[in-house]
Amino acid sequence: MALSYLRSSSSRSANLLRPLSSAASLRRPISTDTTPITIETSVPFTSHQCEAPSRSVETNPSELLTFFRDMALMRRMEIAADSLYKAKLIRGFCHLYDGQEAVAVGMEAAITKKDCIITAYRDHCTFVGRGGTLLEVFAELMGRQAGCSKGKGGSMHFYKKDSNFYGGHGIVGAQVPLGCGLAFAQKYSKDESVTFALYGDGAANQGQLFEALNISALWDLPAILVCENNHYGMGTAEWRAAKSPAYYKRGDYVPGLKVDGMDALAVKQACKFAKEHALKNGPIILEMDTYRYHGHSMSDPGSTYRTRDEISGVRQERDPIERVRKLVLSHDLATEKELKDIEKEVRKEVDNAIAQAKESPMPEPSELFSNVYAKGLGAESFGADRKEVRATLA
Amino acid sequence: MLGVVRQKMLGQSLPKIRPAVSVLRSYSSAAKQMTVRDALNSALDEEMSADPKVFLMGEEVGEYQGAYKISKGLLEKYGPERVRDTPITEAGFAGIGVGAAYYGLKPVVEFMTFNFSMQAIDHIINSAAKSNYMSAGQMSVPIVFRGPNGAAAGVGAQHSQCYAAWYASCPGLKVLTPYSSEDARGLLKAAIRDPDPVVFLENELLYGESFPVSDEVLDSSFCLPIGKAKIERVGRDVTITAFSRMVGHALKAAEILEKDGIDAEVINLRSIRPLDRSTINASVRKTNRLVTVEEGFPQHGVGAEICASVVEESFAYLDAPVERIAGADIPMPYAANLERLAVPQVEDIVRAAKRACYRSVPLAAAA
Repeated sequence: MALSYLRSSSSRSANLLRPLSSAASLRRPISTDTTPITIETSVPFTSHQCEAPSRSVETNPSELLTFFRDMALMRRMEIAADSLYKAKLIRGFCHLYDGQEAVAVGMEAAITKKDCIITAYRDHCTFVGRGGTLLEVFAELMGRQAGCSKGKGGSMHFYKKDSNFYGGHGIVGAQVPLGCGLAFAQKYSKDESVTFALYGDGAANQGQLFEALNISALWDLPAILVCENNHYGMGTAEWRAAKSPAYYKRGDYVPGLKVDGMDALAVKQACKFAKEHALKNGPIILEMDTYRYHGHSMSDPGSTYRTRDEISGVRQERDPIERVRKLVLSHDLATEKELKDIEKEVRKEVDNAIAQAKESPMPEPSELFSNVYAKGLGAESFGADRKEVRATLA
Repeated sequence: MLGVVRQKMLGQSLPKIRPAVSVLRSYSSAAKQMTVRDALNSALDEEMSADPKVFLMGEEVGEYQGAYKISKGLLEKYGPERVRDTPITEAGFAGIGVGAAYYGLKPVVEFMTFNFSMQAIDHIINSAAKSNYMSAGQMSVPIVFRGPNGAAAGVGAQHSQCYAAWYASCPGLKVLTPYSSEDARGLLKAAIRDPDPVVFLENELLYGESFPVSDEVLDSSFCLPIGKAKIERVGRDVTITAFSRMVGHALKAAEILEKDGIDAEVINLRSIRPLDRSTINASVRKTNRLVTVEEGFPQHGVGAEICASVVEESFAYLDAPVERIAGADIPMPYAANLERLAVPQVEDIVRAAKRACYRSVPLAAAA
């Protein structure tokens, strides 16, 4: 993972597993320790047509600290994007993921870059999880050359094919058949890898999802459909959009698992389970019970269809970063100050990336006509005034 | 029907000894004949054989041997991994095809007719056509969407629409319209090899028609360039552009016009996007008159684009207004007489060409 945190590890004794109180006087460096720790998920998994995995998750200090750092980075990135949007440096659509970080981070911990991920338009953090850099994010959001799509895509169209991240899609639900297509290709190529196709509770009612799921089940495709249920499809609460909001059950004959999407370890366990299942038995649905603090997009205050108490309640009780912070502290893996230092570093990283992104120029006008085709064949293309502006597509 | 077509092809080549092409033509009258159906089947077969990434997907393409038998024998030869029968879920399987193309496979997705492609049109346009651009070149989509397009015979309004104009208006797509067996083979092979999304518009009524094919066309390496029109008949007096089945109508019209002393040049467009504007304009600069022919609805159609292109590039060369022959501006009726009135006939093309040559009264008598 691009965001893994490296410091030299000290030799670890059994001290690690003892509660904080007995070792309060020692100052330990943050470690890359991979000594296994077992932690229970917040709630047990609920399953449909399958046996749920155990709620005891194997992890280690290095992983937990990586979770903390990565989620803190994603959180900071999204908050910074909010400010940039309000400063009119980001235009058009901007759908923020803060609150949902555990899904991106837990998933990456369970899979490799040979597995594919495809999602909709709330894609900034998913892109970063696949190895995208902050510069690529901010430059793309601001429409600059250093962006991951060279400024030509925007917020909803981030891609990173070399890490098997396939976007970044603006049409609600379209990414699900596309993801099943990726799974088809993986099986066809005998790659022993799987695809995670992410969608929201709003998209869960799309017909094409069920068409793709039917084909995936018929053809035993290694497709994992992940419903990031943040309970609101834009301004419509799930109970107003779905007759049955038990999204993990909507696959009928396709097994499903309901997961606490605010618990990175639960997400990791579920994804690990799903990958094993999909490689052997075909499609499976994961419903991640998650929450977005922001509105649907930057033009939605997010408080006309839900109460401020609800939002702050989730932040208090279920915030994914706070959950990991508490775990790290209670297992004595780092001090409060060390964690705060990580947050400060992450903030600086984000600020630096923004500064760098601001330096990146806007695309050259000739880029108007690039990449229309992979193979242009010398075809002609035209600007608004075709007698003034025309180009030959290479 | 087949016999009549063949006779016409032979009869046409004999008096026109002048261009070297027709000398070959008169020899090729003894050459192999191939139906469009067999041309498409052999092209699919050869491309699947050459590249293991190519696979076929669609309704009834496998066990049924293809709704129109285009994929006959392919399931047996390549197996169910590469020839996939799908449920009747166009949005789902078109999306799956595009996703497979994202990963690097080369899907050939068949729509039983392009009328059903409307169920999947979001994937064709938003998931396939625009991806290479939105990703600044990361996500190319080497997919072919193929199937019959346009009117058949007596199939009614929902099964008769021509989609050439709709798809060809979209940047990022390539749109091909074969007429002859040579076109069918060469263009389908080119489409499958092309790294961009191609909409390949066939015609059901052409499937059974036979055309002469040379050894070159039959070779497995044969390929036609995308974006280049073919001059099917060289002429001096008026340019007639057409695509798909209408090319046959235009050629018949040219024979009739010849008897009236009008020497028509017939252009088989082959490619609607990219449109071969230079061949069309060069022809109009020679003949000074243009008739566009298409089966589809007239408003915002292919002929409208060709007319605009010629007005923009070759206005000074036009000696007459551009004439458009298109399908009637109505949903397709069922009754045979009404259907005949709804689709361009040879006499419509003849009449329009005469108008362009100022050989007939421009407006129908109102009295």
